[in-house]
Amino acid sequence: MKKQTTRHKFRFIKGAHVLMIFCSAGSYAGDKLIGTAGVNSVEGSAGGGIVPWAVLSGYATDDEWGASVFTSNSKFDDYSLNTIGFAVNYHDRLELSFSRMTFGINAGAKDIRVNVAGAKVRLFGDVVYTDIPQVSLGIQHKTLVDFAIPSSVGAKDDSGTDIYLTASKVWLDGIAHRTVLLDVNARLSKANQIGILGFGGDEDNNYDWSFEGAAGIFFNRHWLTGVEYRQKSDHLSAVKENDWLEVFITYLPNKSLSVTTAYLDLGDIAGAEDQTGYYISLQGVF
Amino acid sequence: MSKIRSILLFSLLPLLMVACQTTPSSFHTNSNTNLYAQLGEEQGISEFVEDMINNLLVDKRTKPHFEEVNLDNFFEQLVAQFCELAGGPCQYGGSSMKDVHRDIPISGGQFNALVEALMQAMDDNNVPAGAQNQLLALLAPMHIDIVSP
Repeated sequence: MKKQTTRHKFRFIKGAHVLMIFCSAGSYAGDKLIGTAGVNSVEGSAGGGIVPWAVLSGYATDDEWGASVFTSNSKFDDYSLNTIGFAVNYHDRLELSFSRMTFGINAGAKDIRVNVAGAKVRLFGDVVYTDIPQVSLGIQHKTLVDFAIPSSVGAKDDSGTDIYLTASKVWLDGIAHRTVLLDVNARLSKANQIGILGFGGDEDNNYDWSFEGAAGIFFNRHWLTGVEYRQKSDHLSAVKENDWLEVFITYLPNKSLSVTTAYLDLGDIAGAEDQTGYYISLQGVF
Repeated sequence: MSKIRSILLFSLLPLLMVACQTTPSSFHTNSNTNLYAQLGEEQGISEFVEDMINNLLVDKRTKPHFEEVNLDNFFEQLVAQFCELAGGPCQYGGSSMKDVHRDIPISGGQFNALVEALMQAMDDNNVPAGAQNQLLALLAPMHIDIVSP
């Protein structure tokens, strides 16, 4: 009975959230050029879908504030991953973000919920205007609300902090005169399956380096397609993980709204092999 | 297997980043003469520059900066500058971007507002996306001379 109330409440919040995203359509989003603010990744930080980029969320420039709200749904063979969250941008220098990731298990076990609080600082460079890439440093503090399943597969901790360094660059006149974006990240993390299966494990309880990257091309200012890659490391002896791959298309009708659809290949997750599926994300920018 | 895949991928990405940076025009030869034609030569450039100036005058972010500007002169200089940049037979005779904007406080946002006025004008005049990108890429390095530090 209690569980149902919580679910209803969550649906209500999500409904209000989607409404907020559409309300953003009439607002003034900021002075950055369209497409140069990324969308919100599943962990909340500005980026693509599964990889944060060096850009800060929203269209705020050096004397503006900005904010974004987002929600995403993805379905895989044996699982689902839904997110809801927001990000705030101060002077295009500091980004604060929050995402609630809900990992559903089709077989009927309880959901695994993870809260991700993030901060990202732009260190130097401008993704469009400087010869050097824009470089940012970010942290993501992740807390599991539900630890029973991660604990049962050998995870040591129900919370953990990732630190990542990210470099992104846009070439206005890139390949075939299309605008091109590249991103490369290095991340230090103890997370299992980005935190869904907890942090650290019986096999390895250390921080590991992993690399991430994204490459995108704009057909025009409103359509972007690309790929993302996220390397992962093993801490659990019982359930091995694979690197993640995403192919995405983003539509930006204007600066206030974006829709991203993607194909995701997450490899093996908690013993279930070859998890592939589709992802859709909606973002409103203020 | 996946380790090798990712190592390959990540040695490729920085390489691409460097390659794009050092030879920005290596993908396209003779791009400048082509660009002038793609922009519709002097006639085409004049048309979207006129629309761009109209956009600047209605946008509240840029309007105040152009209230005391001699618009005829501004129009002529802008057309000459774009024409020369695009590889056309014109010569921009005005002062450097740095000198023109030396005592005018212009924020990054206001610079982008100017870029958006140009983008809108080029869209309205059906300038192809590839030609738009080439012109924008030629103008982008002026950001450092125009925006106040």
